[in-house]
Amino acid sequence: MEDQVVRNRAIRAASEAGAAFPLSELKHSLRRPRTVFSALFTGLVTLLTLAALVPLFSVVYMLLVRGIHKLSLSAFTSLPPAAMEKGGGFGNAILGTLTMVGIATLISVPLGIVAAIFLAEVGPRTWLAKPVRFGANMLSGFPSILAGVFAYGAVVMVTGGFSAVAGGIALAIWILPAVRRRAEDAIGMVPAKTREGATAMGATPTQVIWRVMLPTALPGILTGVMLAVARAAGETAPLLFTALFSNYWPDALMDRTASLAVLIYNFSSMPFENQIEMAWAAALVLVLLVLTANLIGQYFSRRSGQ
Amino acid sequence: MIQERETTTAVKSPSDGKNNGDGDVVIDCNIAELFYDDLKAVRDTNIPIRKGQITAIIGPSGCGKSTVLRCMNRMNDLVLGFRFKGHVHFRGEDIYDPSIDPVAVRRHIGMVFQQPNPFSMSVYRNVAFGLRLNGYKGGRAQKVEEALRAAALWDEVKDQLHKSALALSGGQQQRLCIARAIATEPAVLLMDEPCSALDPIATRKIEELMQELKKRFSIAIVTHNLQQAQRVADKTAFLFVDTTQEGGRTGYLVEFGDNKQIFEHPKEKHTQEYIRGEFS
Repeated sequence: MEDQVVRNRAIRAASEAGAAFPLSELKHSLRRPRTVFSALFTGLVTLLTLAALVPLFSVVYMLLVRGIHKLSLSAFTSLPPAAMEKGGGFGNAILGTLTMVGIATLISVPLGIVAAIFLAEVGPRTWLAKPVRFGANMLSGFPSILAGVFAYGAVVMVTGGFSAVAGGIALAIWILPAVRRRAEDAIGMVPAKTREGATAMGATPTQVIWRVMLPTALPGILTGVMLAVARAAGETAPLLFTALFSNYWPDALMDRTASLAVLIYNFSSMPFENQIEMAWAAALVLVLLVLTANLIGQYFSRRSGQ
Repeated sequence: MIQERETTTAVKSPSDGKNNGDGDVVIDCNIAELFYDDLKAVRDTNIPIRKGQITAIIGPSGCGKSTVLRCMNRMNDLVLGFRFKGHVHFRGEDIYDPSIDPVAVRRHIGMVFQQPNPFSMSVYRNVAFGLRLNGYKGGRAQKVEEALRAAALWDEVKDQLHKSALALSGGQQQRLCIARAIATEPAVLLMDEPCSALDPIATRKIEELMQELKKRFSIAIVTHNLQQAQRVADKTAFLFVDTTQEGGRTGYLVEFGDNKQIFEHPKEKHTQEYIRGEFS
């Protein structure tokens, strides 16, 4: 108690002596407003973070509860059940989703990376870069259904039918901006000193890009690709106009093709218990696929952090 | 293809022909005027780099030391708005002649930077980088080992050749960058403040290394560390900077000569002041 008094006296003396900053207490004190604010803010942030996690976990919980009992080997290997039929599965939809996402990846990754190389390395200051970047950013906000409508006009109408190729192209258009953006960012993250080093070694601009910049940026690019792929896998709207759906195994890439997303959309609105349960199981599989893609993406991004 | 032309006759620097007993001039860097956009960054600077010697470029901040060094392998070409009047003779040819391919120039004139900049790949692939670029077919592994030994790094990395170069310490990374630069046996090694990001022990290692390397490669080094220039260099160029009426800063060569002369009997007032100021 006594030294408290002594200290207070010292503080008062210092402030009376005109010190710019009066000496303050060193101990924790709840009387200081900043301490109270800090505690409140920390609590608020924690609370809101937990609140944001609720939807995520409740979705996963619901899917597990409703979907897991339908997950058997036959779910992965059988065709969808007809009305009133028992059993069945969605093997063709898994295959269709993988096929179309694969086509979308094959198209959008090379295009996206090349566009990123142009914007980040080849011509960032050319007259062409501005409209290209503007257009690419516009595409980022593009509603997915418009990608479907575009592919409908450009592919389905031209080839004369719904197909996996049309679906893949629609998905490719939709994820292209994300791939390009992530690739451009990843290339932009490569330190300028690395580019200088390669140039000083006598590498041509093309060699600088292909032998140094791209390999260095690769983990970041792959992260972006996996995130985009995960998004494409769950997308329904672009496929409704392009691949439509099919109850059978796909024979050819130009056939109508089933996908998990459209299967969920179709079955969830049916009046049959079996179909609705199938939709839950398919949703669980889709979430697991997306989760896997995200985990792979995170693996790459951790590697890039090293 | 400049390497196919005559290589033995290097030009004597016109301004410096009186220094007898020195090696041939490998690079004669003669900058009349150098601009970044409208800003005149360097003027009237003539520095010859001699065979088998270390030439140091010193001077206060902003005097254009690095800019001058970067003229010698056309690294300034990367800077937008760079313009150059003068000539840089290498093996009797002006490397700023429009017929010259700057990429080919850089394969003969290596560079080490202020910040160690190993590529994000294995130690081995870093050193083999230049060999691959040049399509070197013969025993690459042997060349890599030679370069790493020459850079005094072999013993430290021989067991981790295939691990990431980014895992090395700063001093090791810088010696790796030196190994990478010398693996293709350039004629000249340009070093842009190679020790400024290193601790004193790593710095001393690099300095000792330079004494070995100068037997095989001619070296030009920019340093803001006067003691370092005094310790390692054979010749020293002192640059100073004037502020122009428009507020721009233009660097220029004040004095060039033997190391001993520059540090013990500088002729110019600016040199005297700069060297004395640093030591007092």
